[in-house]
Amino acid sequence: MSAALHPASAPALAQALSTPHSLPHTAADLVAQPWLASLLGVGAIMAFLTLNVLFLIWAERKVSAWIQRRMGPTEVGPYGLFQTLADMLKLISKQLITPSHVDRPLYLLAPLVVFAPVVVAVSLFPFAPGLAVTDVDLGLLLVFAFAGLGIIGIFMAGWGSNNKYALLGAMRSVAQNVSYEIPLILSALAVVLLASHPEGVTLEAGTPSAHTVPLLGTSLAHITLAQEAQGYWFVLVQPVAFVIYFVAALAETNRAPFDIPEAESELVAGFHTEYSGMRFAMFFFAEYTNMLVVSMVATVLFLGGWDGPLLPGPVWFFLKTYTLLFGMIWVRWTWPRLRFDQLMRLCWGLLVPVAILNLLGAAVLAEVL
Amino acid sequence: MFEQVMFWLFGAGAVVTAGMVVAPPFNRNPVHAALALIASFFCMAGLYMLLLAHLLAVLQILVYAGAIMVLFLFVIMLLNLGDHELGKQSSSVGQMIGLVAMAFVTSKLVVTLATSADSLPHGADPAAPEALVRDGFGTVATVGDAMFRHYLVPFELTAILLLIAVIGAVVLAKRNL
Repeated sequence: MSAALHPASAPALAQALSTPHSLPHTAADLVAQPWLASLLGVGAIMAFLTLNVLFLIWAERKVSAWIQRRMGPTEVGPYGLFQTLADMLKLISKQLITPSHVDRPLYLLAPLVVFAPVVVAVSLFPFAPGLAVTDVDLGLLLVFAFAGLGIIGIFMAGWGSNNKYALLGAMRSVAQNVSYEIPLILSALAVVLLASHPEGVTLEAGTPSAHTVPLLGTSLAHITLAQEAQGYWFVLVQPVAFVIYFVAALAETNRAPFDIPEAESELVAGFHTEYSGMRFAMFFFAEYTNMLVVSMVATVLFLGGWDGPLLPGPVWFFLKTYTLLFGMIWVRWTWPRLRFDQLMRLCWGLLVPVAILNLLGAAVLAEVL
Repeated sequence: MFEQVMFWLFGAGAVVTAGMVVAPPFNRNPVHAALALIASFFCMAGLYMLLLAHLLAVLQILVYAGAIMVLFLFVIMLLNLGDHELGKQSSSVGQMIGLVAMAFVTSKLVVTLATSADSLPHGADPAAPEALVRDGFGTVATVGDAMFRHYLVPFELTAILLLIAVIGAVVLAKRNL
């Protein structure tokens, strides 16, 4: 199989996108009414995200407790599983306080602007062949576009709060996100090169239903199909890109050791210092959903998405995603926070040059493979 | 019908938010102006989507709304200018020139739009835009094909131009390296 950069023939691609077995269908195909389908899709995504956040916060507290030889939450429900639910009820019942000197439109809109894009990003993922809420050929680009928008909300929160800690937190956050987006996208680009096969690959080789489809590296489903067809996950041929992606993803989600935007020992709570009750909860929700998004992107790009033996596709997909999420939690509770200059040097001095060299290597590799 | 509604939504949104970038009650606050510009870019992306230029729409959000405007906001945040530093309203001469330029562009636009219905291919139905464009129009493959084969030389020249701009910016910022 050769070459990712050969010219694509547009009609062939368009045809492939409409060929029945080549691509996962979207949820819209299952329901006759498109409006009903999108409503169901969004409802399902929201329900899943809520469960995910409830679980992740519990997991974070349990894992941190294990690492620090504590018990973690034990009281509410078995193993303290319902602790987050109780916390959420508390947050809902809390009074919403708006400080008097805030920039009102910015202050009130900020939680929404942080929250909405990540929900859109989640709806783009193919959890299994035939299971995606929206499936588009630009999936990867859209995920990066929407995941990158949360930073505008963080800026609005920090600026609109009219509070020096919030402003400092927002400034750090913007600088960090703008910088780490570069290695993040460069490392993903290496995989896009390897996953593109305009002349087509044979899927399900050796079975009666084997067929050849051209693959496009920007479609999340196609990246998974490319790994399925080649029989190995891209983490094996792109280990450097995987490490760069993971480090940059930690920084993009403001997780320790890159959590200086909300470093509680110096900035109170960073950009969301002035938020209370459910508005604060929305920032929390967005943060944990963002962790999920970057982990799902890593699962699709490097770990073969739904691909795996015996177990059904979605099980594999979420097994890989939550293993990565466990890794993120593990890192948070074992690494000390970086200083700001160390953070910038790591990005511009190490990750960006290595990512560019790796991309060059991936281009050569894509020609050879 | 759906396209019509979306067109008016995005179109009105783009015009209103673009107005908020420059119109007096809003433009005193640079942060509000920059955020209005982001909203305007969003509406433009929606219009591109309606024109079936999907890749362009996504790039509009990714590059302009997500990257360039964030840098704008960052600079505004760093400078943190008050009203007195931003200076008074520009002179009436400047406003007059602006008005004349706007009238010129608007008249050109009206003339172009009025005659554009004639430029549709013969027998084409404006209600079915998919029929008007080639197969695969606006997809990654088609745009990539056009950019890296038909327009490779201009593309590379643009890249060199940008590289010169980057080096120039670094040299200006770091006089004593």
